[in-house]
Amino acid sequence: MNRRIRLTVNGAAREAETPVRQNLADFLRFTLGLTGTHLGCEHGVCGACTVLLDGQAVRACLLLAVQADGQAVTTVEGLAGPDGTLHPLQQAFCDHHGLQCGFCTPGLLTTLVAFLREVPDPSEAEIRIAISGNLCRCTGYDTIVAAALDAAARMRAP
Amino acid sequence: MTAAGWPEARMLGRDVRRREDAALIRGRARFVDDITAPGMLHAAFLRSPHAHARITGIDVAPARGMPGVHAVLTLADLRPHLADTRLRVALPSPAYRLDLHRPVLAETEVVHVGEAIAVVLADSRALAEDAAQAIGMAYAPLPAIADGVAALAPGAATAHADQKHNLAAEMVLAYGDVEAAFAGAAHRFRQALHIHRGGSHSIECRGLVAIHDPLEDRLTLWDSTQTPHAARRLVCDMLGLDEARVRVVTPDVGGGFGPKLIFYPEEVVVALAARLFGRPVKWIEDRAEHFVATTQERDQAWDVELATDAQGHILGLRGSLVHDHGAWTARGINVPQGAVSAMPLAYLVPAFRMEVQVAVTNKVPVTPVRGAGQPQGVFAMERLLDRAARELGIGRDEIRRRNLVPGERMPHATPLRTRGGMQVVLDSGDYPACQQLALDAACWADFPARQAAARAQGRYLGIGLANYVEGTGRGPYEHVAVRVEPSGRITVATGAAAMGQGTHTMLSQIVAEQLGFDMENIAVVSGDTAAAPLGIGGSNSRQAVLAGSSAHVAALRLREKILRVAAEMMETAVEDLEIEGRDVRVKGVPGMCRSLGEIARATAGLPGFALPAGLGPGLSATEEVVIDGMAYANGSAVAEVEVDVETGAVTIIGLVFAHDCGRALQPRLVEGQLMGGIAQGIGNALFELMRYDENAQPISTTLADYLLVTATEMPPVRIVHMESPSPLNPLGIKGVGEAGTIPIPAAIASAIEDALAPFGVRVAQVPLSPVDVLALIDPEAAR
Repeated sequence: MNRRIRLTVNGAAREAETPVRQNLADFLRFTLGLTGTHLGCEHGVCGACTVLLDGQAVRACLLLAVQADGQAVTTVEGLAGPDGTLHPLQQAFCDHHGLQCGFCTPGLLTTLVAFLREVPDPSEAEIRIAISGNLCRCTGYDTIVAAALDAAARMRAP
Repeated sequence: MTAAGWPEARMLGRDVRRREDAALIRGRARFVDDITAPGMLHAAFLRSPHAHARITGIDVAPARGMPGVHAVLTLADLRPHLADTRLRVALPSPAYRLDLHRPVLAETEVVHVGEAIAVVLADSRALAEDAAQAIGMAYAPLPAIADGVAALAPGAATAHADQKHNLAAEMVLAYGDVEAAFAGAAHRFRQALHIHRGGSHSIECRGLVAIHDPLEDRLTLWDSTQTPHAARRLVCDMLGLDEARVRVVTPDVGGGFGPKLIFYPEEVVVALAARLFGRPVKWIEDRAEHFVATTQERDQAWDVELATDAQGHILGLRGSLVHDHGAWTARGINVPQGAVSAMPLAYLVPAFRMEVQVAVTNKVPVTPVRGAGQPQGVFAMERLLDRAARELGIGRDEIRRRNLVPGERMPHATPLRTRGGMQVVLDSGDYPACQQLALDAACWADFPARQAAARAQGRYLGIGLANYVEGTGRGPYEHVAVRVEPSGRITVATGAAAMGQGTHTMLSQIVAEQLGFDMENIAVVSGDTAAAPLGIGGSNSRQAVLAGSSAHVAALRLREKILRVAAEMMETAVEDLEIEGRDVRVKGVPGMCRSLGEIARATAGLPGFALPAGLGPGLSATEEVVIDGMAYANGSAVAEVEVDVETGAVTIIGLVFAHDCGRALQPRLVEGQLMGGIAQGIGNALFELMRYDENAQPISTTLADYLLVTATEMPPVRIVHMESPSPLNPLGIKGVGEAGTIPIPAAIASAIEDALAPFGVRVAQVPLSPVDVLALIDPEAAR
């Protein structure tokens, strides 16, 4: 069974048909072709598929596409500015070697975008807790934490 | 960190930016599941729910009739198109006692949960999965072997119905007169150990997209693999095709860590399906499948004994190891061999004898995971040394100091042999000095005061130490071709395979050092059999050593040619020229230059005209630098922990990792590799446990049950570098991809034992969950 849904994705209005059982991650990846959102476990643990739904970080593998009907979704493709300037978090991840294989990175970025909006001046420990639902097998996390602290400082700068 | 290794270099040893990030950070990378093609079919595999059963019936009719289903295939359907129905991938060894080549699909018997039986091709993955569940299966369950030691007990049922026993392989690694060493020893220390390692769990699981071009009868297999060239050879072997008909290419790979170097049944099935149906076929492994279909490491039972003189000098080492091999030989016996070989490597051990039995069980096959047996061998050795130190009343640091191979012995030829029969020669390093670096950084000498102060408050602190030596850079070679295009752009094509380590950055950096210092002018193509005629790929912490050496030598040769041609074109001397960016310039004479593109065009030749400088045509250099000897890296880890004796929780207060990987090409990439390995080592020490029940049913099959380390479990880590350049390769480097994992479980175990010394606790296993720790503190209460 299919249903037609309308939503805003990375600022643009999108409308598409989706099987009702299709999850939001597969909808973004295969129906809309936004393959930056990755699936690492499909059971809500690894956090790779995290996207922003009306500004909240959510697991796109645990939501059906139809649940996003009428809402605004932001994926990793929507983080950079319209002119292509990297989001401060993206820039900080590059500067601090916050990624290796890069597969978990989109979910970490979206998780941290939502977190820094809520907690603009976090401690290191708060950042660690904020990303404790995102698994990375490459980095050991320290460079990610450093990147998040640096990005937070850059984002607070007037 | 500064460029200690290359004080004169502009690129080598510098913190250059990663080339890989630009696409990854914007979500524009291309992983295998990002690839789609018109008309693509999706594959789903039906997998065995039984650890061991006879297949008494397969009824595919209900599945074939389902909507969107194009085909349901069993081995009977594939057999006419296969040159062989079994994957013959075992590394050579005289030790095998059983041939356990796994089938492309199971037909009459299943021998582990997750073994593939049939494949469905459908319009979507969801429809394919629905149909796979509709296949009518009838099984007659057989006794399952869930444990390696039990597998070898007299009268044990067999993991394969048609085999007479469960001994997959046996071997003895030995040198020196062990009997005499033990007979004359002042002290002997014997210890039984149980060591578990888990899976790799790259965040990207495995995946494949096969596209067949009927016009040219060529098959392209996009494969999330560490070894594309081996995959091509095996696809060709299995399907009876010439290599020219098959291209294997790795897109971006979301982590490897070992299991992706293995060749799997799915690779054959998906490639064949695309050829049979003339449509692209995609298969993406999900995490649930990864737990039961991707290879892993698992259990080893050790019984080891150390002989020392009165001062704690090692006289001999002996024992036995039972290794759980899983149901099939998916790579070989290199994990137990690597485990045993790693055991004595850091120390002067005059006599050594280890008997290894490799046991077949009804579980997923075991193949290397980051570390490849070495964490286990190090754990066994370090546990014995702690025991000896305690019973002899000498410091744990001191007993190691007395036995580590001293720096002045380098290069030190050991009596050990590699799996290829080559002598193990420790090429460089100063192990006692490295240990001292770690001890100093960890404030080891002051620890008793910290411990006593904590005890006074009712807190239990402990400190532990472990050393390792790791053979890195396994040869014989890696292919690298460096070419200057007519545009002046430089391409580097290699058989190396990138999986997140920064391989493109590493190769760009090495080539840029010789050819203009502009990494942005260099394009690296890796993991593509169409771009490199030969390749071995990613494993054994080898790619910087082997591909790096080939890139360096190729770039040096190409540099010489560029300069000689440019010297003739500009009527000047080679010594007066420099390569900067895309130009060759006369030093100190602005404007006197030729572009790399012009030089490339000149060397391409014109009909009837002589080539410049009397040199051959073309502006490229290809190298496969052959290095047989391994570059032995080493290191020492110190862990400081606090154990909550009420809950069993272990908190790592701090971790020091002092290591020597020769010259560090890119210090931050080195630290990144180490930190990832350390995180996995912490997982192996405290969290990661692939559980099976007594019927060999896997019971930790989600990432909520099988725990990976997260950001909150990472302790403060201090990495300390030593640089002893390896004489075995022109860059003086050693591999670093696995090092982080190797000593961590041993160091943490040592620290926990130290913390719980008031309870008389002896740690003889990893991982240690809080429940395990409580059982150590009070076996009665834990019952």
